[in-house]
Amino acid sequence: MVQQAQTAATASGAAQDPADNVMVHAERVTKTFGQGAGKITALDAVSVDIRKNEFFTLLGPSGCGKTTLLRLIAGFDLPDEGQILLDGQEIGHLPPYKRPVNTVFQSYALFPHMSVARNIGFGLEMQGRPKAEIKEAVERMLALVQMEHLADRRTDQLSGGQQQRVALARALAPRPKVLLLDEPLSALDLKLRKEMQIELKRLQEETGITFVFVTHDQEEALTMSDRIAVMQSGAILQVGAPKEIYNNPARRFVADFIGDINILEGDLSDNGAKVILPGGTKIGALLSEGAARKGRASVAIRPENMGLTAPDASDAALKGRVTNIVYFGAGHNVHIALDGGGEVLVRRAQTDAQVGRQVGISVPDAVQVLVD
Amino acid sequence: MADLTATLPESATTADRLAEARRQTEASARLRRWQLLSPALIIIGIFGLFPLTITLIYSFLTPGTYGGVTWKFSTDAYVQFLFDRDIFDDTLQFSGTYLSIYGRSIGLAFGATVGALIIGFPTAYFIASKPLEQRNLWLFLITLPFWVNLLVRTYAILLIIRDEGIINIGLMNMGAIDRPIGMLYTDYAVFAGLIYSYLPFMVLPLYASLEKLDFRLVEAAYDLYASRFQVLRHVIIPMAKPGIVAGCILVFIPGLGAYITPELLGGGKELMIGNLIALQFSGSRNWPFGSAAALILMVVVMASLIIYVRYSGKEGNGHG
Repeated sequence: MVQQAQTAATASGAAQDPADNVMVHAERVTKTFGQGAGKITALDAVSVDIRKNEFFTLLGPSGCGKTTLLRLIAGFDLPDEGQILLDGQEIGHLPPYKRPVNTVFQSYALFPHMSVARNIGFGLEMQGRPKAEIKEAVERMLALVQMEHLADRRTDQLSGGQQQRVALARALAPRPKVLLLDEPLSALDLKLRKEMQIELKRLQEETGITFVFVTHDQEEALTMSDRIAVMQSGAILQVGAPKEIYNNPARRFVADFIGDINILEGDLSDNGAKVILPGGTKIGALLSEGAARKGRASVAIRPENMGLTAPDASDAALKGRVTNIVYFGAGHNVHIALDGGGEVLVRRAQTDAQVGRQVGISVPDAVQVLVD
Repeated sequence: MADLTATLPESATTADRLAEARRQTEASARLRRWQLLSPALIIIGIFGLFPLTITLIYSFLTPGTYGGVTWKFSTDAYVQFLFDRDIFDDTLQFSGTYLSIYGRSIGLAFGATVGALIIGFPTAYFIASKPLEQRNLWLFLITLPFWVNLLVRTYAILLIIRDEGIINIGLMNMGAIDRPIGMLYTDYAVFAGLIYSYLPFMVLPLYASLEKLDFRLVEAAYDLYASRFQVLRHVIIPMAKPGIVAGCILVFIPGLGAYITPELLGGGKELMIGNLIALQFSGSRNWPFGSAAALILMVVVMASLIIYVRYSGKEGNGHG
């Protein structure tokens, strides 16, 4: 638990990385679209550091600014304010074709009038590399994405998954410093998407290229990422490893957005070291950055981190009555109406709980306190 | 079903009956499609093939004294196209007069096509990149000249560029020139007139194909280190190729047979094929030669089209 408290403290401390370990450094980047009354602030003074060789995910609902940030790094849009440094060099105002950054588009954007091989070699061809080098790179890329047998096909003769692989190979062929991926898996069906998630992670590890991945799918983000930045309304709320983001969400939005979570209202005590849950049980509090040390506090507990006990058991931190039990294959969702009002969800692989029974609920020793 | 399969013997299996029924349904669908086509076929037959046949027959007859033809077989019209017949001893001598008119016409029409493409492409790209609601206005402006008769518009050009026209008077009043620049009745005047007349035929098909261009492909090319020129060359032009082909055909063919423009702006001095043909049916009263000239024009157009389609088909990997 001590260790958990430490990780929670550094959860949003992205700016502490040493400079030589940073690939993309964005500082107070602001971008607005439109004018006058219709003006929309897509990014509001966003700062983030993306490390070398990491799989970094920008996660958030549509309209949160994640794609805008990606387009600013790619150079399709220019920031109104702020700086973007790539490997230590200011690139904020360079055109896309002068940035050592490549993009995998949501629509793939493969050139329909070119073969698979020429698509993959296009970046190198435009850089004016020698033919032999292009040929060799194309073959290496085809092997990397396991598409050797389709080199001469036209791209509109490929399936969605195959197009996806070509788009990846095309963007990786010039060996960019950063690969940007704009929701590239959203057009694939579930099974293929799962395969590609693993494939993407493998490619990132094999090539050693920094991946910046944009998605609104929290599961996708948790599966692949080294670190995740959760975004909302043009701001980054929290940056951290998937486990930190999942187990120790700092903000109410982050907690709500990722997975199911129970949010309870309690009171802080012992100068913020403890929190008193509704019903009077006092447990450890993990304070997020910027949280107050006293007064009312929202705490977040994952359903699978709660247990069911007898109502009079010593570890029953909360008490309530079971209102519903939903079986979902891998386990049961037990809905419980708390005695003091409110409802919580407890997730158990096996349960002997019965609807209408009075139960006790056990909670972890320490819980995350959220900032709104 | 029973009616459709009535022709089959009793012993036919269900599969046979189904196949027969399907065959007959397809046959009747095909017939219905031909019925839809028939009005167009009748029009083409009466007003296209029939006159063409007459033209073909006339080109092998002898000219009548006051126009028309006398029904006597002769290949003189085609011989005359390439050779001069000596008045005294009837010997044939090669003459390039008519060939040169064809050459000039092809050159002018080709030049006008290239000119219209160079002017039309940026125009079409401009319109295609406008927001949807503004595009109709621009397209309307492009088609606006069609509201005025071509003859009137060509006359307007004539009035502008003649020696006493706005341009020359204006330049002289400004003191830029002492004497009028002789612009009218030159190849340049015909060239400019052709471009002006047929520009919309270039812009519209170009717009149609550029409008379908997925701008994300342009972004992808920029992302893959293509400069603006490279994007144009490797992505935009190949994608717009169907429009470029259609536009070029639509400008080149009518340009080749143009009559009004060279008549007014070339002043009859700079003859094009259209004027040559017209002259044979009026002043020269040589209908067979006029017919032959028209047929030769048609063969030239068809041959160049076939060559072009073959060539571009191979080049473009059949993208469509």
